[in-house]
Amino acid sequence: MSFDQNAFLIIITAAMIAISCGLLGVFMMLRKMSMTGDAISHAVLPGIVIGFFVSGSQRGLEVIIGAGILGILATLMIDWLRRKARVQLDASIGITFTLLFAIGIILINLLAYKVDLDQECVLYGEIAYLPIDLWLTKSGLNMGPRILYLSLLNLILVTAFIILFFKELKVTSFDENFSKVIGIPAGLINLSLMSMVSYTTVSSFEAVGAILVVALLVVPPATAFLWTRKLKLLIQLTIVLGIGISIVGYYLAYLFDSSIAGMIVSVAGIAFLASALFKSKSFLSRFGTSRQPESLKKIV
Amino acid sequence: MEDFLYFFTFQDPSIVFVVIGIILLGVGSAYVGTYSFLDKKALLGDAISHAILPGICLGFMLAGEKNPLFIVSGAFISGALATFLSSWLNKNTRLSEDAIIASILSIFFGFGIVLLTIIQKSGNPEMAGLNQFIFGNAIAIQESDLYIYGGLAVFIILCLTIFQKEFSLLVFNPDYGRAIGFPMGMIRVIFNILMILSVVIGIQAIGVVLMAALLITPGAAARFWTDRLGVLVILAGVFSAVSGVLGTYISFVIPQMPTGPWVVVFLSILALISFLFAPKKGVLSRYISRRIYLKKTHRDHLLKLLYKGIEADKSGLPIEEIYEAFPFQKKQSEQSIKNLAKDNFITQNQSFIELSISGKSEAKRIVRLHRLWELYLNEYMNIAPDHVHDTAEKLEHILTPEMEELLESRLNFPKLDPHQENIPRDHDEL
Repeated sequence: MSFDQNAFLIIITAAMIAISCGLLGVFMMLRKMSMTGDAISHAVLPGIVIGFFVSGSQRGLEVIIGAGILGILATLMIDWLRRKARVQLDASIGITFTLLFAIGIILINLLAYKVDLDQECVLYGEIAYLPIDLWLTKSGLNMGPRILYLSLLNLILVTAFIILFFKELKVTSFDENFSKVIGIPAGLINLSLMSMVSYTTVSSFEAVGAILVVALLVVPPATAFLWTRKLKLLIQLTIVLGIGISIVGYYLAYLFDSSIAGMIVSVAGIAFLASALFKSKSFLSRFGTSRQPESLKKIV
Repeated sequence: MEDFLYFFTFQDPSIVFVVIGIILLGVGSAYVGTYSFLDKKALLGDAISHAILPGICLGFMLAGEKNPLFIVSGAFISGALATFLSSWLNKNTRLSEDAIIASILSIFFGFGIVLLTIIQKSGNPEMAGLNQFIFGNAIAIQESDLYIYGGLAVFIILCLTIFQKEFSLLVFNPDYGRAIGFPMGMIRVIFNILMILSVVIGIQAIGVVLMAALLITPGAAARFWTDRLGVLVILAGVFSAVSGVLGTYISFVIPQMPTGPWVVVFLSILALISFLFAPKKGVLSRYISRRIYLKKTHRDHLLKLLYKGIEADKSGLPIEEIYEAFPFQKKQSEQSIKNLAKDNFITQNQSFIELSISGKSEAKRIVRLHRLWELYLNEYMNIAPDHVHDTAEKLEHILTPEMEELLESRLNFPKLDPHQENIPRDHDEL
């Protein structure tokens, strides 16, 4: 076990990414759009590659813009397939993200010599390189790890977005028709939530990879949802979980010498499955004292 | 071009194996996928395909090499575990289905990545082959692999064909199946096993991430062309096989190119063509038939207007009055007048429009249908006379001559509608 400066930086960054993803993930889950989040995080890949190619580096604003456009495009494409072509929702999601992800992989292979980006990096990222990937100013001043700043900025923007539009997000998540009646543009709120998800995906994918972003979007909110029904508590619990899994995940990865991002997700998975087991209907009806499941109440 | 001939004339026996392999895999996955698409569980396939990554890694760790038997059984076990977990969570927690699928998918994949990095750091030289499972490489299919993967694919296809009745019951109406004595729980388990098997064999060619496309897209595309299950399944198989061969060809020509993404791109192109251009259900044909229908309703309304003019003792109407009767639709009105004149239903004298003989009888028919339907609603459905107009306004365009005859005899050839207006017959003088 070591606790040096690098470990601290990695854990802080991972926790910030987990919190940004979790905050957005809570609302995605309440809208029953978790799989759309999955689709978006796959679908931004071509945008990232094109942005890389245009700007020539991964620091360019082009990457974020490209990914944002692709994220919105994916949302619109799913919507088009569902409404206009009348494909059922699950198939629309499946078709959209596989096509866009496939195009992304093809672009990476076609531009392999021009773009410093490989499939593995996109898939699982490597947060372990964070301390050596430094942000140097023009005068050569060392400002610390670059990804740390990216995730800090991301966290600030996501938090600001959630705080500013908390009422709108809440109302549109629970009752879309009511929100339209009281004059909230539900479609616009939805699109901006999707854009935030795409932006978070891009900002985090270098560290944790495109697919593990999904895990951070979905698993902590789902775990928290098993424990509470209150929105505020749900958000707080998600944040705590995000920090917890980052710390435990890092040390387990250190112990087994494996991918940190993968281990964080595995820890989240264990927490999720344990909560599900503990809060499941069959467990509660056998051992539970606090609350009986609905079905039993009727019999009694 | 040389490559093209070399590939498609099948001179090289290894290419023959690859092509047979990819066709079998594609058809098998498309077959299972079509059923799960109809079952509206398409994304479960996505979860399973991500979830078998840890199984593949464990199989590799145990065997110490890329042994297809170990890998297939490892993949199968972790796929089965994921399927079981997601249905258990669905029953025992209050999480929504999509949150469950997304969680299972990402947790298993994350764990798979942990195992993959552990293998990478162990420095096993056989490791190189393992990355193929993530994006697929059909070119790497060898004779020995073909017997296992191809054999499983044939098994899947045979199973689904023999028990077609049971699986269609499962997809379309499981409650009915249970009522007539089929063991639906058992059938569900067998279907899930087939689905996991098809994913397990498909990843060789397509890879873990994109396997969902091979399950979902062919069925969704084929659904636009037919309503018959037999045809649907065959069509999905054809789509999948064609894209499989094309994708393999691309990765044959460009060596470091993985097969999976290209197969998915070709499949999606086929799907997009189906969505847009399929007869009856395609976006384009629905748009066209809607336009035709709108034109017909406008024409009918115009004839009715002229007929009402005659009822009010005007032999015809000036064109301006017609335009005014349909505000904001001047273009459509112009077009309808042109078409009616071409069909000799109206005569146009400068800007005064009159019904011709055949036009009168057509107008009478529409008005008759409208008023007959109003009377029917009033007499048989007990709907108040001031509530019947709107429905009649829609149905006058689509009532068939047979329906008209039936209405006439049911209502005993009535003279007046609920608004005390004359129901015109062909022999009536105007």
